Amino acid sequence: MNMIEYITLPWEVLGIGALWLILMAFFVALPCSQMGSFLILRRMALTGDAISHSVFPGVVIAFYITGDLASPWLIVGAGLAGLASTVFIELIHKWTRVKQDAATGISFTALFALGVLLMELLLGKNVDLDLECVLHGRLGLLLEDDRVALFGQMVPAPVLVMAGVALVTMVLLFFFYRVMMLSSFDADLAASYGYRPAVIHYGMMFVVSFIVVAAFQAVGAILVIALLILPGAAAYLCSYRLKVMLLIAALHSLLSAVGGLYLHVWFNSNMAASVVVSGGVLFVLAWLLGPVDGVLWKWLKEDVTTPEESSD
Amino acid sequence: MVQEMSVLASAVDFLIPAGGSAKAMMAAVLLGAGCGLLGCFVVLRRVALMGDAVSHAVLPGVVAGLIYSSERSPGVIFVFAATAGLLGAGLVRLMMMSTRLKSDAALGIVLATFFAFGIMWQSRNQQDTVGVMNFLFGNVGSIDASDLRMMLMTTLVLVVTMFFLRRPLLVMSFDEGFSRGLGYPVKLLNGVFYFLLTFSVVVALQAVGVVLVSAMLITPAAAAYLLTDRFDRMLLLSVLFGVLSGLAGGVVSAEVNGLPTGPVIALSATALFAGVYLVAPRHGVLSKAWRTFRRRMRVRRENTLKAIYQIHEGEGFVHEEVSVLMLARKRGQTEDAVRRDCKALLSRGFIDMAEDGVSLHLSRLGWKRAMEIVRNHRLWELYLTNEADYAEDHVHEDAEKIEHILEPGTVRQLEQHLDFPELDPHGKPIPQPRHLVAQPLLTR
Repeated sequence: MNMIEYITLPWEVLGIGALWLILMAFFVALPCSQMGSFLILRRMALTGDAISHSVFPGVVIAFYITGDLASPWLIVGAGLAGLASTVFIELIHKWTRVKQDAATGISFTALFALGVLLMELLLGKNVDLDLECVLHGRLGLLLEDDRVALFGQMVPAPVLVMAGVALVTMVLLFFFYRVMMLSSFDADLAASYGYRPAVIHYGMMFVVSFIVVAAFQAVGAILVIALLILPGAAAYLCSYRLKVMLLIAALHSLLSAVGGLYLHVWFNSNMAASVVVSGGVLFVLAWLLGPVDGVLWKWLKEDVTTPEESSD
Repeated sequence: MVQEMSVLASAVDFLIPAGGSAKAMMAAVLLGAGCGLLGCFVVLRRVALMGDAVSHAVLPGVVAGLIYSSERSPGVIFVFAATAGLLGAGLVRLMMMSTRLKSDAALGIVLATFFAFGIMWQSRNQQDTVGVMNFLFGNVGSIDASDLRMMLMTTLVLVVTMFFLRRPLLVMSFDEGFSRGLGYPVKLLNGVFYFLLTFSVVVALQAVGVVLVSAMLITPAAAAYLLTDRFDRMLLLSVLFGVLSGLAGGVVSAEVNGLPTGPVIALSATALFAGVYLVAPRHGVLSKAWRTFRRRMRVRRENTLKAIYQIHEGEGFVHEEVSVLMLARKRGQTEDAVRRDCKALLSRGFIDMAEDGVSLHLSRLGWKRAMEIVRNHRLWELYLTNEADYAEDHVHEDAEKIEHILEPGTVRQLEQHLDFPELDPHGKPIPQPRHLVAQPLLTR
């Protein structure tokens, strides 16, 4: 197979399906990348980790009550469970001498364990919400989903749902950009302008929970962390300006969606994991070549100008 | 199984029980002990989520082990998994050193990317990697004799290394620069620490799974941390909590059919932590709240005493009694509130109430305490104006707080330092509780 064939392969194998897969992955990754950028700035990357594990019991309980995997109550349940974990974290590290990292670990493992247990107790083993799906996501099964006619095309329904989630997130970001920026860089200043820190904190956590649960079905509980952190981190290494950083993060999520599709087709591997791996490769590129923090530039500079500083 | 037991002769194998549930129980206990031990350092070093990152990062190693070891030997899987885990831990450190990214982002990136790589690889080789779910979610039931042998040996290595290295590792957990000054090989010790961490994570993986390893590392150690200020005791308690949760998980999931062991172990540990969080004697939330409440009540009583003294002082000490109404006006409170305060003072013998309940007077004890409080207040005001160059009208607020907590020794020092003053900066006399007997008015 020559170069060109490698590039056209997904389109020959999947046809228009390739476009749906890319769009789906992008619509999942885009809202994650934007909220994740703020998490990076607030040094709360692992709160994303905690939330993504903690939404589990909320999803299980909501599913048990409604019996419908597509019910919007699942998102509410997950959002509440995610909020619960952030409340537990605060309760532990505000009131005792246990530090934030340990408090995070205690909270999310407890909620995750509760989720697994509830799933076994309430749902038994013969349901859709199986462990495989929790881990791997069902992005690869997208093309077998129900289709909805739109502009003469039969679009898979989940793509439209995720597009809606992405749109809502972007609109929220547009309206609250100033507040979020201010409070991420200087929480005291934001408070002095009258923006309540607790409201901002829990508001952002609710949005993250909402996005995480929307992405949960597509990419699974653990890989969603990657979508939250990787774009923001890569963009952070490329720019000092928040707007540029958000743009690069969005670009990163688009490129990892495209790259993920190729890896998925070339290696016949799990689509969600492939998206994350291609995002990881992009991050390594930013690490080496990023205009701000690129290790390569630092090495080159060090060799030329400051040989005496190499000790540290 | 009997045949197998007769073949195995070494000391380690002698310890391995034959029954399936006994094996599961032993695995749960071993991992509780190992993780509990190491968890203390993890919690103290504030790298609690390093365990999380390592446990996710070993996945590609587990997958490689399952693919390349045809007979699924636990030794091979262990080596591959540990290599992947160490690589992940190393990358986290490298990323933190060479970029502006903080530890949280570095941990998250390594965790998620390694994990995704593992899933991607596994999805290509599904027939070779059937057992991978046991590693991801943990399944104590899947642990056989050779796994258990592996666990026993690693736990042994862990315990022995910890025993010999606990001093230097402890010093390093608190102050890396200091331990460098003591001449410890900090880099080597760090390497050993992350090596052991990866070890115990891989050991625990098969029993409780990727996510809940973190629970075993963090939760028992955090509970122990709330119970004691001594490190050796923390180690013991943490191991105890780990073993207890392991036992609880083993028993419950054996009794109740179909309950997964890992989550039960993790939730047992969480329940232990929740109990300690509430009732720990020094660092527990309830005892803290109780202490705060008691202190607030004492301050309130002492302020009431002070107000009574000030009323007397304002009248030139001519009356023996103070009415509740006057006290309420002085304190700026309702009569009912003041009556409640008086009840508390009465029960402690600071005041006597008249029978009609309208007036009260200070007992000897009450005079003494009231004078102490007023003295503390005025001494402190004088100290701030004379020695700390505070303006006279800025000293009251500070003295209002410190008057309740100054100790006799400190008061003596202040008096000596200020050469036994008689007037405060506002010109009011500083009372002398030790002259109580000499004042005729107060002798009753």
